[in-house]
Amino acid sequence: MELLGLFNYWVFAVLLMVGFYAVIAKPNMIKKLLGLAIFQAAVFLLYITMDKVEGGTAPIIQAGVDAIYSNPLPQVLILTAIVVGISTTALGLALVVRIHEAYGTIEEDETQQKDLEE
Amino acid sequence: MSAAATIIASLLLPLGGAFLIAAAGRWPNLRESVTLLTAVLLALLVWSLTPDIMAGERPGVTVATLFAGLTIAFSVEPLGMLFAALASTLWIVNSVYSIGYMRGNNEKHQTRFYVCFAIAIAAAVGVAFADNLLTLFLCYEVLTISTYPLVSHKGDAATVRSARIYLGILLGTSIGLLLPAIIWTYVATGTLTFTPGGILEGHVVGPAMGLLLGLYVFGVGKAAVMPVHRWLPAAMVAPTPVSALLHAVAVVKAGVFTVTKIIIYVFGVDTLFAEPSGGWLLYASAFTIIAASIVALRQQNLKRMLAYSTIGQLSYVIMAAAVLTPLSEVGAAVHIVAHAFGKITLFFAAGAIYTASKKTELGQLRGIGARMPWTMAAFTIGALSMIGVPPTGGFVSKWFILAGAFQSDNYIAIFTIILSTALNAAYFLPIVFAAWFSSEDSGAKAHGEAPLPIVLALCTTALATLGFFFFNQPVLELESQLVEQLP
Amino acid sequence: MSVTSQLPALQVVVPLLTAPVLVLLRGASLAWAGATAASFMAFAIAIALTLEVLAGGTQVYEMGAWPAPFGIELRIDALNALVLLITTGASALTLLCGRESLARDIDEDRQPLFYAAWLVALAGLAGIAVTGDAFNVFVFMEISSLATYIIIAAGPDRRALTATFKYLIMGTIGATFYLIGVGLVYMMTGTLNFADMEVRIADVADQRPILVAAGFITVGLALKAAVFPLHVWLPNAYTHAPHVVTAFIAACSTKVAIYVLLRFDFFVFQGNLEGHVVQFAGFLAPLALLGIVVGSAVAVVEGNLKRLLAYSSVAQIGYILLGASFSNAAGLTAGVAHMFNHALAKGALFLAVVALAMRFKDLTLDGLAGAARSMPWTSAALVVAGASLVGIPGTAGFISKWLLLSAAFEQGTLGIVSAIVVVLSSLAAVVYIWRIIERLYFGEPVADAPPLPRQEAPWLLLAGVWLAALANIYFGLVPGLPVGLSEAAADGLLRHLP
Repeated sequence: MELLGLFNYWVFAVLLMVGFYAVIAKPNMIKKLLGLAIFQAAVFLLYITMDKVEGGTAPIIQAGVDAIYSNPLPQVLILTAIVVGISTTALGLALVVRIHEAYGTIEEDETQQKDLEE
Repeated sequence: MSAAATIIASLLLPLGGAFLIAAAGRWPNLRESVTLLTAVLLALLVWSLTPDIMAGERPGVTVATLFAGLTIAFSVEPLGMLFAALASTLWIVNSVYSIGYMRGNNEKHQTRFYVCFAIAIAAAVGVAFADNLLTLFLCYEVLTISTYPLVSHKGDAATVRSARIYLGILLGTSIGLLLPAIIWTYVATGTLTFTPGGILEGHVVGPAMGLLLGLYVFGVGKAAVMPVHRWLPAAMVAPTPVSALLHAVAVVKAGVFTVTKIIIYVFGVDTLFAEPSGGWLLYASAFTIIAASIVALRQQNLKRMLAYSTIGQLSYVIMAAAVLTPLSEVGAAVHIVAHAFGKITLFFAAGAIYTASKKTELGQLRGIGARMPWTMAAFTIGALSMIGVPPTGGFVSKWFILAGAFQSDNYIAIFTIILSTALNAAYFLPIVFAAWFSSEDSGAKAHGEAPLPIVLALCTTALATLGFFFFNQPVLELESQLVEQLP
Repeated sequence: MSVTSQLPALQVVVPLLTAPVLVLLRGASLAWAGATAASFMAFAIAIALTLEVLAGGTQVYEMGAWPAPFGIELRIDALNALVLLITTGASALTLLCGRESLARDIDEDRQPLFYAAWLVALAGLAGIAVTGDAFNVFVFMEISSLATYIIIAAGPDRRALTATFKYLIMGTIGATFYLIGVGLVYMMTGTLNFADMEVRIADVADQRPILVAAGFITVGLALKAAVFPLHVWLPNAYTHAPHVVTAFIAACSTKVAIYVLLRFDFFVFQGNLEGHVVQFAGFLAPLALLGIVVGSAVAVVEGNLKRLLAYSSVAQIGYILLGASFSNAAGLTAGVAHMFNHALAKGALFLAVVALAMRFKDLTLDGLAGAARSMPWTSAALVVAGASLVGIPGTAGFISKWLLLSAAFEQGTLGIVSAIVVVLSSLAAVVYIWRIIERLYFGEPVADAPPLPRQEAPWLLLAGVWLAALANIYFGLVPGLPVGLSEAAADGLLRHLP
């Protein structure tokens, strides 16, 4: 039970590492960006998990209903973080397009090789 | 003008002069007039302070407060007075000489030369008048940096290499050793102000004091105690007026002056005397004196030989200060003056020989006395002063240093002085002898004396060397105040 | 409500709202004028805020009139004021005098977009410095980072693209680490407000998650601040960015990250986490020392001027952290003062590089040989700024070096080691600055190139370079303002330590 109760946190840790691995190990820049996106998504999960209150419902106040609500703040925060994440990915992809135009490749080792040849 | 205003004025005057010299760069006559005028005015200003100091006053002024007890402040005491008066007075003579030398040799970048020279003098006066270690350090670094363009004046590859050694050693030692020493002092005592009797007593004790003394002595690279002496021979690539005033008087004397001042006003003579771990300084300076003399003996180039002679003579001052008796402290101060007159004469003579005949090596000087009698007469007087023969200034200071050494039965110092006197004679007398009594090589180019300003300048300093033997009373009176402050 | 009470918000709002206007303006000159005006207005606001802080202590502003900790609170004390001064001042000066250089590097039709991105970066950096809310810091950090990536990659050098990509990856990882840390703290305390956090952490029963959060936050911010060995993005980004951009970001962007690091560690953690003082010092001091040694050593042998200065920055960041890692008033004062003084020195040096780049395509030391002959004024300013970087007395750099060394001497054995490292690295600085000066003044230009006539950089640029150089001398002789602010900042950070 203890283990299962922390299921989301386990997923968070695993996703974080999967993303991190891709960022570090893949020479392809698009794959790096995908890894980065996974890395960030893991953190989103962390925030979303922490706001869950057991037995709580969506935090929409209705007249006459007395309910337990989940904490809405982390959801709002993470909405912002998702926007930041999308912007980062978009900018990263734009950079990759420019790199492809300038170098003719999006493999990091090959761009380094071309820089050295200059 | 109040004394405080005079102090500020004597610092700003050469800086303002530098600005005017730069502005007048296009008209050489005007430029050189400005230089001379600035030098004369500066000397008058500095000399106008002497009556107050002789009367025992210590005027001072604080320029800026950086933070928490750290100030940029200036004050005048006997040792600084002597040094400032010396540097500013010789600047007049040296300017006359420079005009003859720079024009006679068609040197380039003459405006830069005069501008940097004026800044260097301002820095030297700043060192002399510094009221605390921070101010002294500031002026010390300005002096290093402003003399760099003078040393690298020629601008060719060999010169730049020598100038790199010059700057590397002087900046390196000051930032690497002197600055930590100053900060150590500040952290230990909470003050950096020069105080009669010293500020370190009870704050830094035991072997730490010997270590701190080491940081100071080697941090002040300008004092050229071996092994941080290499910059001085390297600096000889500069035009001769630079070697004469800066590397016989202003820069090197700023070094020994700083060390003496630190020993008297930071450590305190008595404090240091009671601390055995500071005793190494005597040996280090004695070694430098002997070693430099032996190296000088083997030099073939006139200016390099003079440079090594300077290294030895500087350590006389350090050793005199390190003997730590009242008479020897006076001797240290007097030797700063006596050596300055003698060595500037020798350099002036070397420059005169170069200007007239392009000769730089010792072997070429045979019979030159017949062609350049005035120059070689002055050279002879300078050489005698280096050896310490009466009636020259060198005799006076050696007398005091020896007397001081006898006061404390310091046989190492006595032995060192005797041995080095013999060595000095061994490398100066053959030159003098060859110049007057050997016959010239056949087929030598005919030449006469150097241009008039040069001869005028070197005769003046030669006369001063002789004069100092007879008229040294004011200097002794002034510097005996140093001793009175000692209990 | 008077305008003065709105200053903390205006600090961010002015550049942020000017940015979209610039995009609409179209026309490079107008955009430049708008961006410069907005930067100067931000600088004026920063000065006004600093004066208020000096007069009346901490300034607090409630965003949208929501009281803290529910609303976002802007909070400005001495440390924030100092960071604001650095950031806005650097932006104003570099924009003012960088126009010709930027016009060369960036296509005319893209310039409005570029200036807009610049202002967004400025707004983000200023936002980090004014806000008192941990999540708000994250948002502003990403705003400024994204905009910074754009302006770094905007130049003609294609290597800037790969450098930016590397920066983007590492910067995002750093920001995400920070986000994880903030999330963990929020989980345990239920607040995002720094001031509130500081109070509530003390009541948390199980402090292990807080400790983990401290680890994530420290590492994440160290990445952003280019602390050795997480500095690898910095040299390439500085080297290949447009020259004016380098001058701007070198003066302020890493400092802002260091500010957040200090704010979090001292303000929030150290008073509450047992043993964190030692952990913080034990973690940062060795990295700082290594950074100083490695940065200086690489700079000594580096041949490209911009990269040389970039590695010198790695070493200088080490100085700042070294001061902070002493965890006492003297050390923190030294570290914070060095933020200011290093910004002055490095800003002036990189501005001089901008000026040199107007005449010289090749910015290697060999390519610049003899440059002083054609650009004497620029070279002289570079000498002054270099002296400040070395720490020659009479310059701003000397003040912080003095503070740092005297703080080190009070530290016992670690302090002596630190002092020796700092002194050695100062000597290394003498060497690498000297290599530049020697090439400029005594180097022989490449044989086949025709001798360049004497021609200086545009007067506005030259004036900016000299303004920055003279500021180094001014603050070296009258260091009251930065030192006073630093002392107040150190005081504020150390409230919780005995």
